[in-house]
Amino acid sequence: MIQNEMSRRRLLGLGVGLGTAASLTLAGCGGGSSSPDKAGSAGNGGKDYTGPKVDLKLWNGFTGGDGDIFKALVQQFNSEHQNIAVSVVTYEWADYYSKLPGAVSSGNGPDIAVMHMDQLATFAARGTISELDDVAKNLELNEGDFAPTVWKGGLYNEKRFGIPLDMHPLGFYYNKAVMQKAGLDPNKPPATKDEYTAALTELKKSGVQGFWVSPFQFTGGMTFYSLLHQWGGKLFDDEVAKATFNSDPAVEACTWLVDLIKQGHSPANVGQDADYLAFKSGKNAFNWNGIWQINDLKKSPNVQWGVAPLPQIGSQPAAWANSHNFTIVKQRSANENKVSGAKVFINWLSQHSLDWAKGGQVPARKAVRDSAEFKALTEVNALAPELEYAAFPPAVPGLGEVVLTFYNAFNEAALNKKSPKQALDDGVAKANKQLEDNRKKYGN
Amino acid sequence: MADVIEAGAARDSAPPPSGPTSRRRATQRGNRATPYLFLAPYLVLFGVFGLAPILFGVWISLHQWDLQLPNRPFIGFDNYQDLFSSDSAIYGDWWSSVRATGIFTLFSVPLLVVIPLGLALLLNRSFPGRTFFRAAFFAPYVLGVAVIGLLWRFLLDANLGLVNLLLGAVGLPSDTPWVTDVPWAWVSLVGVTVWWTCGFNAVIYLAGLQDIPPELYEAAKVDGAGGWDRFRHVTIPGLRPVVLFVLTTTILASANVFGQALLITQGAPGEQTRTVVWRIVDEGLRDYDAGRAAAMSVFFALMLAVVSVVNFRLFRYRED
Repeated sequence: MIQNEMSRRRLLGLGVGLGTAASLTLAGCGGGSSSPDKAGSAGNGGKDYTGPKVDLKLWNGFTGGDGDIFKALVQQFNSEHQNIAVSVVTYEWADYYSKLPGAVSSGNGPDIAVMHMDQLATFAARGTISELDDVAKNLELNEGDFAPTVWKGGLYNEKRFGIPLDMHPLGFYYNKAVMQKAGLDPNKPPATKDEYTAALTELKKSGVQGFWVSPFQFTGGMTFYSLLHQWGGKLFDDEVAKATFNSDPAVEACTWLVDLIKQGHSPANVGQDADYLAFKSGKNAFNWNGIWQINDLKKSPNVQWGVAPLPQIGSQPAAWANSHNFTIVKQRSANENKVSGAKVFINWLSQHSLDWAKGGQVPARKAVRDSAEFKALTEVNALAPELEYAAFPPAVPGLGEVVLTFYNAFNEAALNKKSPKQALDDGVAKANKQLEDNRKKYGN
Repeated sequence: MADVIEAGAARDSAPPPSGPTSRRRATQRGNRATPYLFLAPYLVLFGVFGLAPILFGVWISLHQWDLQLPNRPFIGFDNYQDLFSSDSAIYGDWWSSVRATGIFTLFSVPLLVVIPLGLALLLNRSFPGRTFFRAAFFAPYVLGVAVIGLLWRFLLDANLGLVNLLLGAVGLPSDTPWVTDVPWAWVSLVGVTVWWTCGFNAVIYLAGLQDIPPELYEAAKVDGAGGWDRFRHVTIPGLRPVVLFVLTTTILASANVFGQALLITQGAPGEQTRTVVWRIVDEGLRDYDAGRAAAMSVFFALMLAVVSVVNFRLFRYRED
């Protein structure tokens, strides 16, 4: 019975890949064109749009301070383009990803969607979003214009599905006042393993638990993610067939982090957000947190803080990162005008990503990163070097839940429910089952 | 005792036909459509938003159903089989979520049935400031789960929270991991839920208490019954239908626990406090496997239906 089920599902899995392609063709044929994927190749790839006026719906999850900056940018775009009107709909990211498939399949989805890089493959495999190779080609965008890691992240099966807007890495925040109290130089944050442990020891002497290790994805899980790559480990093997986050480097990285709790540099049982709240209120000195906290800290004039690239604890630099990408959503009935209008918008916003950087993200475009205006954004600019070695998850559909398994494994280790080795071994066993399931479902 | 039951039964059934009512009934006997016309709006709503989704959900559960993949093949009971087959990817998660929901329900229901009863008995007496206390106990219930969840997550934080700070101030251990370790996480979740919802059950009890005819208490008093006897022989039998209602709705509400765990413990440690409804939401809306999510829902609904039926049977048995 099981055997039967397996083979049937495997067959299905294979069918899905072909089926997706076939259904795209069908959708594309609505307009009577013989092009295999008409939605993807409409217009001239975003250079300009001269057709009749189009209304475009854009979905995003920018609910924080970045939301206002994004809306202002869209307004500017609308005023500069008489025949394209973009309207913005904003959801919490979690809601956003659960609403999108239903909305798209009922024909109420957006035309343009902002998506995290690690979601692109899933939505591409599911036929939700269109290929954008022609946009990249016509705009003469290539790897050199972006950081290679970010640029490659927009690919799935060798085809481009996302135009990267920015990237948001994990950064190293340090509390200058607390460092000063412990006799540390507040303008020289630790950058190596030795400096880091020495600083923690000094802090401990002055009664401060310097670095709170959060057991949750935000931010302890992302910290471990970074360290695992610093030790030279990877979450998955090259084919993403097997999970490898129980390798020796991974166990070592996890042990280093968990030992900070045992050595008293971090309290046990740190709650969600408690590490960051403690940082803001001067109860600890160091916090590895997302670049998005820059805007929040700027609103807290009482906190004396600085931000730097993550210290290199392992044998190589690495930092967790993700990236926002623009995608064009496939519609039940393809509308060429809308698609080419959407491409114009994506191109325009990509070129205006300096303004976007003010929302607290590192622009993906190299030219923008190299500009003097960007360098004037001191804090955000401080994290730009991480772009070269940022660790993004691989482009494989359905990886979201598998990465959560990774975070949950770390949770058990950090909460001292299991030894690092045991927690990661158990996590890998479960992740491998999930990967197997995904292969059957997405057929790759 | 028999009087009480009759009184209760009389409340439940329709009022006895008096003169004018029966006459009206007689004049309209010919029009059989009338009751159905009155029922029609409800039946339409029930059909569209109640019955149809249930049937559709059962249908979905028999398929590999993904909102966007073009094929949604019929796979019979495979989704259900996955819940019971230890080598499926969801088996472990599913049963750990059933266990989590079971633990929560087991500990929260008795407290939510007994504490509000005591509260209602107290609030039913007349004393100065009674209305204020009634409002105070009901107040948390008006808050949304997001509010109470975030509030308590910070209050219960092991290192920064007010709860541990206060415990420390009076010389008790101040490092209890209220939201990150079991059994403390269960104590927190059950405690917060009792604090949050006991006012609602108390109000229902209060209404029930006020429905018990005061003559019964007077008669019992005359017969020489003390406070405890009056409670046992008048209050409890008088409240039986109310207790059944409270018990049933509380079991169902507790079994649906989701928001508190999501916001307060976030499933920690590991996934030990990740509940069934949360698992279903993840399966259907995060992993987009509506077939599996539907199978989980159907199975879970059946489990709850069995519990409710047993519940009703137990009470009916006692009535006989």
